[in-house]
Amino acid sequence: MKRGGIFLNRVFMALVFLFLYAPIFVLIVFSFNNSQSRTVWNGFTLHWYVELLQDRQIMNALSTTLLVSLLATLIATAAGTLAAIGFFNMKKRWRTPLMTVNNIPMTNADIVTGVSLCLLFVAFFGEWEVFARWCNSVQGLFRLPVRLHMGFGTLLIAHITFNIPYVILNVMPKLRQMDKNLIDAAQDLGCTWMQAFWKVVLPEIKPGIVSGALIAFTMSVDDFIISYFTAGSGTSTLAMVVYGMTKLRISPKINAISSLLFITVLTLLIIVNVREARQEKQIAQRRL
Amino acid sequence: MSKELIRLVDCSMAFDGELVLDHINLYFNDSEFLTLLGPSGCGKTTTLRIIGGFLTPTSGEVLFDGVRMNDIPPHLRQVNTVFQRYALFPHLNVFDNVAFGLRIPKTVEENGRKRKAKVPEAEIKERVLEMLEVVSLKGFENRRITELSGGQQQRVAIARALVNRPKVLLLDEPLGALDLRLRKDMQNELKRIQQQLEITFIYVTHDQEEALAMSDTIVVMDQGKIQQIGTPEDIYNEPKNAFVADFIGESNILDGIMHEDYVVEFFNRKFKCLDKGFAPMEPVDVVIRPEDIDIVPVEKGQLRGTVTSVTFKGVHYDTIVDFKGFKWLIQTTDYHPEGETIGIVLNPDDIHIMRKSQYSDMFGDYSSYSEEYEELEDATLGVEEEPQEGGDEK
Amino acid sequence: MKNKRSLFAVPYVGWMALFVVAPIVMVVIYAFTAAGGGLTLENFSRMGSYAVVFTRSFHLALIATAICLLIGYPVAYMISREGPGLQRVAMMLIMLPMWMNFLLRTYSWMSILENTGLLNRFFSAIGLFKLLNTVFGTDLEYFAMINTKGAVVLGMVYNYLPFMILPIYSVIAKMDGSLLEAARDLGANSFGVFRKVILPLSLPGVLSGVTMVFVPSVSTFAISKLLGGSNELLLGDLIEQQFLGTAYNPYLGSAIALVMMVIVVVCMALMNRFGEGEEQAVML
Repeated sequence: MKRGGIFLNRVFMALVFLFLYAPIFVLIVFSFNNSQSRTVWNGFTLHWYVELLQDRQIMNALSTTLLVSLLATLIATAAGTLAAIGFFNMKKRWRTPLMTVNNIPMTNADIVTGVSLCLLFVAFFGEWEVFARWCNSVQGLFRLPVRLHMGFGTLLIAHITFNIPYVILNVMPKLRQMDKNLIDAAQDLGCTWMQAFWKVVLPEIKPGIVSGALIAFTMSVDDFIISYFTAGSGTSTLAMVVYGMTKLRISPKINAISSLLFITVLTLLIIVNVREARQEKQIAQRRL
Repeated sequence: MSKELIRLVDCSMAFDGELVLDHINLYFNDSEFLTLLGPSGCGKTTTLRIIGGFLTPTSGEVLFDGVRMNDIPPHLRQVNTVFQRYALFPHLNVFDNVAFGLRIPKTVEENGRKRKAKVPEAEIKERVLEMLEVVSLKGFENRRITELSGGQQQRVAIARALVNRPKVLLLDEPLGALDLRLRKDMQNELKRIQQQLEITFIYVTHDQEEALAMSDTIVVMDQGKIQQIGTPEDIYNEPKNAFVADFIGESNILDGIMHEDYVVEFFNRKFKCLDKGFAPMEPVDVVIRPEDIDIVPVEKGQLRGTVTSVTFKGVHYDTIVDFKGFKWLIQTTDYHPEGETIGIVLNPDDIHIMRKSQYSDMFGDYSSYSEEYEELEDATLGVEEEPQEGGDEK
Repeated sequence: MKNKRSLFAVPYVGWMALFVVAPIVMVVIYAFTAAGGGLTLENFSRMGSYAVVFTRSFHLALIATAICLLIGYPVAYMISREGPGLQRVAMMLIMLPMWMNFLLRTYSWMSILENTGLLNRFFSAIGLFKLLNTVFGTDLEYFAMINTKGAVVLGMVYNYLPFMILPIYSVIAKMDGSLLEAARDLGANSFGVFRKVILPLSLPGVLSGVTMVFVPSVSTFAISKLLGGSNELLLGDLIEQQFLGTAYNPYLGSAIALVMMVIVVVCMALMNRFGEGEEQAVML
């Protein structure tokens, strides 16, 4: 009875994973397909990979995606960690409402976040135009650009905005878990507060910062909707290129780039995990 | 003659308008073992944190060698702290924990020029190893903190503080988390280290036995005030008020009237005592330690009473005796069964007279006496923490 | 001392005011503004004609959320019962698809579900259609799967299932093992332990999972466009059309977004009351 239950559990799990990975598998297989078709197998080729490298649009989109994700992750991680420390030291009366606001981008629908930021940027650009014209008319020293457009800058702002809450969410519990006396102890041993922060607080909350950064990066790479509303017409992420193609025909080049991304991530994760496992083993051995 | 190191002048501390420390005046001498003793919330940890620099007193002055230190941050003070629950850095091993303070570059003034001075790594190694030897942790350098037992962590915490050669070591209930056996060992160990290194230890505890065993000087505190300062013997033998008498050891405290010098009346009977200097017929508190009372046959006794309960305690019996409705605790090595009528004799040096204080009448007789109550009280003392910085919401 | 460190949050508080609060204020302002300027409620009254889209969106999102919960809870529970090594691998495998943009994965479903797609080809290859046609006398050549409500729900479930599994798993995994032993010790059988201890304790994870699946499902527009074709217009598509699409009218779009936001917030508030306002469960 029990044995059978476990077997059924395993089958269920396998089915779920099959469900999760079947589309990815299909995607990868058809990146090697020797035809435009995404359903009929016509033999093996690397043709799409070669073409991919020559496709400026896709390569640009790829670099935009990676650049915005990396930059947004870096900035959001630093800002989010700082903000988490600030919130942590705040009186509850202040912290609670601020944390509620902080949670808005996470709980709000992506489309609302995207649309609202879009409105803000457009409104700001409108005001800016008035200001810039006035500024240019009253002085001749420098000329302000009159027309601003949504582009990489606005895209980056949007990504930072929705990434920071995830960093805070991961760093806060680590701060709470930390023995408060540790900072006192470091100061007692001659550290200024800043030194104590670098030498003691940071190593203590590092796991939270790392997982926060990881999630932020994931969210950035995975995002389409917010980018769609804030990138403007000149800038495209990979997802936006794919979305643009769905109206006509999706090129197998997209399969190729997806496969490359997937394999890269998979390899990275495997390396990291094998390393961690090895370290843990070493620690376990030392204890004996 | 020992030299004065630290002095607190009229120090008060209030958190959110609540007075935690009430005009404390206290000084600390060179190479003395001083204990701040009192129940939870008495202000002892606050006092320690003021000396450590983690709190700035609301009023009053903190003087180190006569220099005002109120606003000097912790890292610039020549004191180090052993924290409650140790506060060891979990990401560092034993060696790196101990070396932590030595590796912080210190600003030193030389010929009027300030520069950052670093302790050379070779010296760090030497000092750390030396200190680990002092705390009997030789060979543990590369252990992770999580691999150590409570007692070992305790030793690392002490070594980490002492390696910086502070003039004063502050210890905040350092043995609170250890079990009884280990606590006794560590008491001896701490005393040995203090004597070996000849530096001042300021020790905070709520455990009176610990205080009596280790200290040169005990400061008994309650409700933010100092109740008594003295050697362990002074405090035990000559408690200043009912609070001290009750907090340190067991005592029978009863109302009395001082007729004249050396004569006190209680239970409608005059007794000879060794105290003087009271006004004629002044009401006083009388303290009689349970182990000072001699049980004699009824006819020879100055007072007579009935035994209501007997508990065997190993070395002695805790005997509760009812004298006209007032229950006394008497500790004797002789067994007197429940119901027996006995007499007692009080010698003049068994009777200690205290002036009436706010604590008079707060400590009744032993009618509700029970071991368990005492232990329960101790347990809560150990768990509760004194209000810290700004009273962070929990 | 305490307050000085809290200043670290000041830059971010400023950032939030600019890029979280101000944009939402903009949405509210736009929702009450007429196309030509001036205050109006017209944007809301015009929304009546879209009632069918509202119902459809919430309907499909509810179904998707329920399915996610039905699949996600057992998966999270089973993973938490495995050894630590397997747990880590399993959670990684759950997270991994997210690193491929969801649009790419959804696009892949198109090729599986199409009328001439892989699934239909597979059915035809094993002779399913022939069998069905002979048995029922029908004239089937393929199952119409794409451009249906079912396909949209499938897309939602596929994309947001990890968001259900992660919070539930993290709550169950953190559960104190001695609690379960205590429950057993007090006489509960496996099912009792689950129902009386694990389920109530994992409720915060469930709530946060439900939020994390429902909110993106109800507001999605790409999934519906890719898998639902033009048949199954959802709220997200409606809003998108008002901003970047053919029916450019950001005022109406803001009003729709605002109404959706309010409904979602009310739903969440009700649910959280029901869950006794647990602290938001963390994703990892």
